[in-house]
Amino acid sequence: MAQYLALTYTADVDWWAPEQADELAEYRRFGVEFAEQVKASAVLHPTSTATVVRVEGARGGPVVTTDGPYAETKEALTGYYLIEAEDLEEAVRVAAEIPAAWGGAVEVRPVIVAK
Amino acid sequence: MNERYDAVAETIRIEGTRILATLIRTVGNVQLAEDAVQEAALAALGAWPVTGVPPEPRAWLTVTARRKAIDIIRREQARGTKERDGADLIELTKREVETDDVVQDDLLRLIFTCCHPSLSPPTRVALALRTLCGLSPAQIAGVLLTTEVATTKRLVRARQKIAAARIPYRVPAEAELPERLPAVCAVIHSLYTAGHAPAEGEAAYDVDLCAEAIRLAELLHSLLPVQPTPTAVLALLLLTEARRPARVDDSGEVVTLDLQDRSLWDQDLIGRGVALLNESLERSARQADAYQLQAAIAAEHARVPSYTATDWREIVRLYDLLVEVSPSPAAELARVVAIAEIGDVDRALKLLDEIPPSSRRHAVRGELLARRSRYDEAAVELQQALDTAPPNHPERFHRERRRNHFRDLADLTKT
Repeated sequence: MAQYLALTYTADVDWWAPEQADELAEYRRFGVEFAEQVKASAVLHPTSTATVVRVEGARGGPVVTTDGPYAETKEALTGYYLIEAEDLEEAVRVAAEIPAAWGGAVEVRPVIVAK
Repeated sequence: MNERYDAVAETIRIEGTRILATLIRTVGNVQLAEDAVQEAALAALGAWPVTGVPPEPRAWLTVTARRKAIDIIRREQARGTKERDGADLIELTKREVETDDVVQDDLLRLIFTCCHPSLSPPTRVALALRTLCGLSPAQIAGVLLTTEVATTKRLVRARQKIAAARIPYRVPAEAELPERLPAVCAVIHSLYTAGHAPAEGEAAYDVDLCAEAIRLAELLHSLLPVQPTPTAVLALLLLTEARRPARVDDSGEVVTLDLQDRSLWDQDLIGRGVALLNESLERSARQADAYQLQAAIAAEHARVPSYTATDWREIVRLYDLLVEVSPSPAAELARVVAIAEIGDVDRALKLLDEIPPSSRRHAVRGELLARRSRYDEAAVELQQALDTAPPNHPERFHRERRRNHFRDLADLTKT
């Protein structure tokens, strides 16, 4: 078995807003249906809440934080699922069921498994 | 000696693909299998020109490649870089050579892995040339008009992705084939097209891409004989190849279809192409696909003894279907030319406006304007065609001649 991180890229919305309720419910249905393969998941607050952290120079150097890193983009990282699958084809089949796949895009990346 | 060396190299290249296909399955790693086959090939290249090719070159290469694979695995283990269970090693010490059935399955696995939809189209083409045709990165760079460094990087990234993302090494189920075959066929077709119309002059490397593409098309058809799409791809390539001897004259210039010496067309290839096309059409229940339609157009041209005998109405009908199932500027331009050949030049000119501008569109418009005796404008279009194409475009001299011809006609009609 291999693990894949399925990163969802969609409109940069506030998932707790009432108008997102229906879409959020779709994600919950996906989570229930694929409970066996989904090992972890998270939904993120909008990018306007993000803080970018950089340490200048080397470790221990001054910590510099900046507000939301990106210019307005059409699609932003809005969540992830950690999927367990036999191979890429199975991972793609599962990822294709995540609502983000038709509302935006899902990036599937293999996870390095420590030996 | 050189010829003998070439013959040995050719045997190794063809057999290498079969051996690689099986070795990838056994060791589960494309890079390792390629390295092992490469080392075995080098050993053969060193030995065979001196000792002669052994009676069973395939067996010799197979056993040698397995031994090289074991060496590589041991080296890895000694360095402690990779853990590996002993099963592979036991499998690799076998003396027997795989039966044809097993190898055929492995070849199909290799084809579908190289042309996997999760790899980008240019990567699929490069991988096919490397693993299925056995070309070196330098040769691939030569035929794909890129650098050896870029090709090597692309191949390394592709192998990493296959391994890390676990692109499976298997033949898709029967039901998945209609979804997966187009990618495979597109790789073969684009290889042929790249060989047929080299963007700049003669290929710098001594590789006949058309022959490689046909070899792959033959292979895919022989592995999946009842699938209509690979059959149609092979038909299309053979029908196009049949006209190749007439396509370029002695001085290396392109000869357009209307001026080709049809006695140079290869009738055997045409016969086989037409038979394959019919077979493909009989086997498909659905609407004809783009390869079947292009092959049908090529067959229609091949069927008639002269350009003037061409059934342009039938050709237009086929292009109408082609533009519907697989729209492309190239197909639309060809359709416009066929419409003009029926005599409907005004409609053809009108349709040209809807096609995105290109060097070829200027050339076609020039020819059509000339038929309406608008020679000044025709010469301007031909000049634009020349200006917007690379200086080494294969039709450069033809277009220059046509431009001069139209200028002369314009001067004549003015006086």
